[in-house]
Amino acid sequence: MPLLELSEVHARYGPVRALHGVSLTLDEGEIVALLGANGAGKTTTLRAISGMVARDGTIVFDGEQLPRRAETTARRGITHVPEGRGILGELTVWENLKMGAYLRRDRKAIAQDFDQITGELPWLSQRRDQQAGTLSGGEQQMLALARARLSRPRLLLLDEPSLGLAPIIVEQFFQVVRRLNVEQGLSVLIVEQNANAALDLSHRAYLLEVGKVVLGGASAELREHEGVRKSYLGY
Amino acid sequence: MANFIQQVVAGLGDGAIYASLALALVLIYRATHVINFAQGEMGMFSTYIAWALITNHGWSYWPAFVFTLGLSFLGGFAIHESVIRPLHRAGELTVVMATIALLVILNGLASWIWQPDEKILTSPFGGGTWSVGSIAIPQQSVYDLIIVLVCVTALWLLFRYTKLGLALRASAVDPSASRLLGVRVPWMLSIGWGFAAILSAVAGMLAASAQFIFTPGFMQVTIIYAFAAAILGGLESPVGAVIGGLLLGVTINLLGTYFPGQISPDLRLPAALALLLLVLVFRPSGLFGRTVVRRV
Repeated sequence: MPLLELSEVHARYGPVRALHGVSLTLDEGEIVALLGANGAGKTTTLRAISGMVARDGTIVFDGEQLPRRAETTARRGITHVPEGRGILGELTVWENLKMGAYLRRDRKAIAQDFDQITGELPWLSQRRDQQAGTLSGGEQQMLALARARLSRPRLLLLDEPSLGLAPIIVEQFFQVVRRLNVEQGLSVLIVEQNANAALDLSHRAYLLEVGKVVLGGASAELREHEGVRKSYLGY
Repeated sequence: MANFIQQVVAGLGDGAIYASLALALVLIYRATHVINFAQGEMGMFSTYIAWALITNHGWSYWPAFVFTLGLSFLGGFAIHESVIRPLHRAGELTVVMATIALLVILNGLASWIWQPDEKILTSPFGGGTWSVGSIAIPQQSVYDLIIVLVCVTALWLLFRYTKLGLALRASAVDPSASRLLGVRVPWMLSIGWGFAAILSAVAGMLAASAQFIFTPGFMQVTIIYAFAAAILGGLESPVGAVIGGLLLGVTINLLGTYFPGQISPDLRLPAALALLLLVLVFRPSGLFGRTVVRRV
């Protein structure tokens, strides 16, 4: 049974239909990428899963129907790092991290996770009292990922993490995601404009066009697919 | 000199009341992004509840004071849940209109339940003064200031050091990002309204005692001072609201004493608002208003 299964999911913003029946699956421990042009419905698919946009159709997570409200989705173990990273800019770095663990009650394990993460990224504790809005884009993205880790997600939704970042930062970011996947079995659904990087990172991928899935398969195979190559990889 | 110090202390006492109400306005502005025109009347209604407990039910002052704060929290919470939250999608102007409607309704309700005649909420501190040399310090003013500072500090500690406080701030800063982290944002905003209701209850009860007698309209001048204090402080800034309130209280008292010909009580309000305009011309975002630094 897949960890996440979308069947015929429709979504709209007011009168504008954004998803026309998206179906896809994601297994536990898998990284799945959603590819597609601007406006294809990638971001909306993530928003439909986390309950940030009204939707029809069924979404089953871990064997149960997923609620339609963002705060309850978060309680089910889905952490959504939205477009623009969702950093609370007026709060400090440390307060942002604390908010990651907002739903958890296991104080000891939270403290361990803080130690682990600040061990990997010492600047987080060195600049703990800095206003998060004053961090650079790359730092904000790393903070967003660190905060997401503190919520111990069963499924991580990443929306365009590479947007506006230097290639070297993007590479570092993807390395961390890959490591979390290998070491901790973290499941990730990632939306990415950079098809090349996304196919490198993911096990499987779906191609969206105008609100529908038009192609899906193993990332290595999609890479060889002629249409994908021409339209999204550029060779 | 003695008179100057007396006036400053009296001003701080008045200012504490404006500060408390101004802080309530700032809390709601930060959470809901509207000015709550009913804030003063919420405090007025709370004051009548305290008065009824004391006068009609024989409670002594402090239990009635604390119980009223608790009821006010629930009242503020309920107003947000039942009126403000359903209107949220309709836009800010609609919410502002709703607060104006609440102002009138609460006022009418108080007249209807408790009659519009003059009531007395006896000060628990008496009307005495302390003599320090030739200076007579009004006790009521000092106690008003202390009570407000205690409430403000307690609230600051809660916002700064508790998980609830963090979630309250997060909800105000970025509701959708907060929801994704699992925060029940509407619930948090209702709690914010509850705290604002507590602050306005404190302002109401202290103002009623300070004015000796009160009627259902007794907060309507105070709320204008509170608007002035909040805007003076920068509307987004809790510290600004408190300092703005105290500054306004002191300034008004000093103007009343030292201005050529001494400004009569009737002219205090226009004088205060003229001062406000003067400050805003030079600092449009208020004394403590800041531009948020943000990198994209």
